[in-house]
Amino acid sequence: MSDITKQSLSELVENIKSKKLSSSEVTKAFVERSEKSKELNAYITEDYTNALNKAKKFDEKPNLDLKLPGIPMAVKDLFCTRDLRTTAGSKILNNFVPTYESTVTQNIWNEGAILMGKLNCDEFAMGSSNETSFFGNVQNPIDKNLVPGGSSGGSSSALAAQLTPITIGTDTGGSIRQPASFTGTVGLKPTYGSCSRYGIVAFASSLDQAGPMAQNVKDCALLQEVISTYDEKDSTSIDFKRNEYSKELTKDIKGKKIGIPKEYRVDGMPKEIEDLWKKGIEYAKDCGAEIIDISLPHTNYALPTYYIVAPAEASSNLARYDGVKYGFRAEGENLIDMYEKTRSEGFGAEVQRRIMIGTYVLSSGYYDAYYLKAQKVRKLIKNDFDDAYKKVDAILTPSTPSSAFKIGEKTNDPVSMYLNDIFTVPVNLAGLPGISIPAGHDAKGYPLGLQIIGKAFDEQNILNIAYAMEEKINFKNNINDWWIK
Amino acid sequence: MSKNKSEYLINRHDSQYEVVIGLEVHAQVTSESKLFSTSATKFGAEPNTQVSLVDAAFPGMLPVINEYCVKQAIKTGIGLKAKINKRSVFDRKNYFYADLPQGYQISQFKDPIVGEGKVILDMPDGQKEVGIERLHLEQDAGKSIHDLDPKNTFVDLNRSGVALMEIVSKPDLRSPDEVNAYIKKLRSIMRYLGTCDGNMQEGSLRADVNVSVRKKGSKEFGTRCEIKNVNSIKFMQMAIEYEANRQVDLIEDGQTIDQETRLFDTKKNETRSMRSKEDAHDYRYFPDPDLLPLEVSDDFIENLKSEIPELPDEKKKRFIEKFKLSPYEANILVSDIETSNYFENVIKKSDVKLATNWIIGELFAALNEKNLEITESPISAGNLSKLINLIKDGTISGKIAKTVFEQMMEGDKDPQKIVEEKGLKQESDPKALEALIDKVIDDNRDKATEYKSGKVKLFGFFVGQVMKVSGGKANPQLVNEILKKKL
Repeated sequence: MSDITKQSLSELVENIKSKKLSSSEVTKAFVERSEKSKELNAYITEDYTNALNKAKKFDEKPNLDLKLPGIPMAVKDLFCTRDLRTTAGSKILNNFVPTYESTVTQNIWNEGAILMGKLNCDEFAMGSSNETSFFGNVQNPIDKNLVPGGSSGGSSSALAAQLTPITIGTDTGGSIRQPASFTGTVGLKPTYGSCSRYGIVAFASSLDQAGPMAQNVKDCALLQEVISTYDEKDSTSIDFKRNEYSKELTKDIKGKKIGIPKEYRVDGMPKEIEDLWKKGIEYAKDCGAEIIDISLPHTNYALPTYYIVAPAEASSNLARYDGVKYGFRAEGENLIDMYEKTRSEGFGAEVQRRIMIGTYVLSSGYYDAYYLKAQKVRKLIKNDFDDAYKKVDAILTPSTPSSAFKIGEKTNDPVSMYLNDIFTVPVNLAGLPGISIPAGHDAKGYPLGLQIIGKAFDEQNILNIAYAMEEKINFKNNINDWWIK
Repeated sequence: MSKNKSEYLINRHDSQYEVVIGLEVHAQVTSESKLFSTSATKFGAEPNTQVSLVDAAFPGMLPVINEYCVKQAIKTGIGLKAKINKRSVFDRKNYFYADLPQGYQISQFKDPIVGEGKVILDMPDGQKEVGIERLHLEQDAGKSIHDLDPKNTFVDLNRSGVALMEIVSKPDLRSPDEVNAYIKKLRSIMRYLGTCDGNMQEGSLRADVNVSVRKKGSKEFGTRCEIKNVNSIKFMQMAIEYEANRQVDLIEDGQTIDQETRLFDTKKNETRSMRSKEDAHDYRYFPDPDLLPLEVSDDFIENLKSEIPELPDEKKKRFIEKFKLSPYEANILVSDIETSNYFENVIKKSDVKLATNWIIGELFAALNEKNLEITESPISAGNLSKLINLIKDGTISGKIAKTVFEQMMEGDKDPQKIVEEKGLKQESDPKALEALIDKVIDDNRDKATEYKSGKVKLFGFFVGQVMKVSGGKANPQLVNEILKKKL
């Protein structure tokens, strides 16, 4: 069967279950395409030989009752994988091989999937373009020299380039939805507490959430169904009734009330984005949804709030990378000297910047003015959503204020880089689920995404809305395999 | 230095200074596993054999609260008659050190699990109440070992993550003696509760000591210095004495006291500056985002209350009221749970008064001499009870009992058997005694005549002779009666 890698996850599962394809055939196809795609730099660590062996083993005794039978996939290198190097895109973990598996990846392997390798990402997931990775930037398959978004940039690139049929990322301020938007793919950030954080290298604990990335909404729903489990090993994991998202998926969203927040019409937003949003509203109406104007008054404060809370938590979370126990160590005259050299050489500029911001806002004398105030604003932002959800079932916004930008375009301007997360960050601060679906192209032909934000634990609803709109939008990615010689 | 009764004052020239002391006690929670991981907590294990991925702060590892440790902290709070906070928050205390794998200690800063409480001290001139400011849960750090190698420091993470209760007193203590009484009382309460074994040698109980001085009668507190990590009561007392005198000398010299952290050098018996207020760490406390606020229900607390055993203060009251013990005796017997258990076992079947005297007197002296704890006593409560009954029913005299007791100390033997084997039974047969007495009077005719002519003091001589002739076995009471008749 030709064009295996062009198939969606659902098609692959179907073909393996009906024995039209073996896991080995599928795995070999994705491995071969991955090997031809080194120029994208989507992988940090390849594990192709093991993947092929596992596929062979699966085929010898295939369990076709599983949800991901013999499906190969590569995952973001923020998930700890037993016996396979896990770097978080950082020099400081360059040589780190976990002896344990993250809950989310374990859930995936339990359903029969096979690990192909670890995907590039911004260092410790801090970035919006995958340019902060110690392992180099990643190319967007849409166009040469275009960023794939970040921090799950290796994931979005590999997915859009069909090096992996599905993948997972993590989203602290938009790190799944923004790269999905930049590559014409679907990305879901689940409700905080839906997916276990156990075994995921932490960036900002109160915001981090793993989520699925896929070619279409149905695949996304299936993967969410697999990865979302209650986990006693994560104290912030929430024990709620999880749907069988893919089975319960429906395009019938008639009468659903969808809110349009006026505060998301930000200054300087390109007309293309405004137009896309309007188009999105029309699609939603076409699906039978009711459009309601709403207000999220504290939206303006979301980005500054995020850039206090996230670095504060990061500055503490990253303290463990000190050269004492594992990972990179620079030699020093004494303990302090060793710390300073290890962390100066081991962390990149963006990570160091955020550690410094975080250390500053937590310092005595500044704590109340920054961290405490940010937490109060965070509560107000959450209240905004709670108020809005008294009137609507979901909220529709653009995913990003622009399409993908050029590599190097924003590297010297961190603030303009941070602005990229303006529509995604409030969702993390409020702990809500949000999904980005491809909805059109800009004048350059680059994909643009729309974001649907749901109530807490209401993933099914936003998946349904996305599923219905996806059909109306009928998006096609223009990828011409420019990197394959 | 003057010590009128228990008042502890430092005299310099015409001034008298009062010492103000507050303690931050770090008590290791008695628990099989650590505060946020399932690793074992056994003392003395091989280095780095009780370390989980969480304790060593591997990437992506998350803390999960150990419910048992929470129960232990709440029980301790109940024992301290303290307010239990139904909602408390774990914070991160951030600092870098090689034996702190996370780069932060999980502790409770603004919202501790236990609020204000009190401890009652029995001092020679009466009771004293010491206020408890708070009790919070926190992780212990690992251990850095600097003296095994000239160039390297070794780190043992066995202790990393072990649950500690930090118990902060109000600045209510006024003398080294009160500190001694306070630590002992705190330890006693926790040992009754089974929440901390109080073993200072193993580091299960250590304290930071805050000391300041002020002129007697002053209401203002002086500037305090904190003496870090003192691990014995003796050292605490020595450190306080040194530090208080140092501060008084500075004031008398017209100098000011710097608020600082000091270390106690046990070899030189002095405190030394460790870091000044300006150099104090900025710990950047903030709520640990990996942990939700800790919330406990009224039912949860009530259930724990029902598990609280009788505590020393209540036990003392009962001993005084029910057994008519003196406050002094009661204090000694309730001071630790093992002693009071022993006592109550002994008196189940024997006389309270005799038991009290024998335990506080003979038994404590004998144990002390052999450097044994009551739990290691060679004489079981049951056998001591038997011995007391032998005295009580006249089978043996008190004097013989001491001989029996000595033999029992050599190995727990039934006193009845010792008495039988060695023929130590008291002679209480009046006929046998009469014969004995007749013989003594006969042998001492001259003295008998003197007695009869009024030298009554000689009565004691006859008693002594009878006892001697009987080999100490004659029943002294009967001897007295018969002698009086015969003389």
